[in-house]
Amino acid sequence: MSLYDYLYFILLPVLSVAMILLFVRFLLGPSIADRVIALDLLITTGIGIIAIYSIITDQPTFLDIAMILALIAFLGTVAFSYYLEKRNKNE
Amino acid sequence: MSDLFIAIIATLGTIFVLLAAIGLVRMPDTYLRISVTTKAATLGIGLILIAAAFYFKELSVTSRVLAIILFIILTAPIAAHLIGRASYFIGVKLWHKSVMDDLEGKYKKVTHELMSEDIEDESTAIINTIEETPNDTKNK
Repeated sequence: MSLYDYLYFILLPVLSVAMILLFVRFLLGPSIADRVIALDLLITTGIGIIAIYSIITDQPTFLDIAMILALIAFLGTVAFSYYLEKRNKNE
Repeated sequence: MSDLFIAIIATLGTIFVLLAAIGLVRMPDTYLRISVTTKAATLGIGLILIAAAFYFKELSVTSRVLAIILFIILTAPIAAHLIGRASYFIGVKLWHKSVMDDLEGKYKKVTHELMSEDIEDESTAIINTIEETPNDTKNK
């Protein structure tokens, strides 16, 4: 079993299962903070999938997208928490 | 040999990401879920990215991977702190088996200022005086 087969048939499905579990929490999440955390972790898991996919396809260009996704995850969480706090403050 | 090393590191990272996902589903409380997000997922993603760096063995890819890891390590605690603070203000309840809440009564609810001593809100202070006065008359 080569490295590519191992990554493609074992590690990527495991990461997909992790994403499904995160999506369950994203849908269920009792409070809006849970949904924001789940969204953050969904994007972070996406970075991992992109990294493994770049190994499989032998194209390091995909890692640029991983960097941009890391930025977007951080900015999204900061924006959500900022406006959640503001919303309560103005009432 | 190199392939085996890459496979081992990528497997470790994947296991950590999977554990983070399971923890996010299983944990009973928002604040406990935040701790899962910061620690396990950061370590897992860092290991997977290091595996990619070992696979390509180029300076450009390695520097890019190190930049991503540094960025994630820097930003994950900040994001977790911000969302934890916001969720405390919007009134997310702690788990019913949580033993203590250190921040209770230390935040001004209106201005979100943190003080080292207990703060009595004006509204609760008024209620306390109203409640105390009849009791005093009864005692007398």
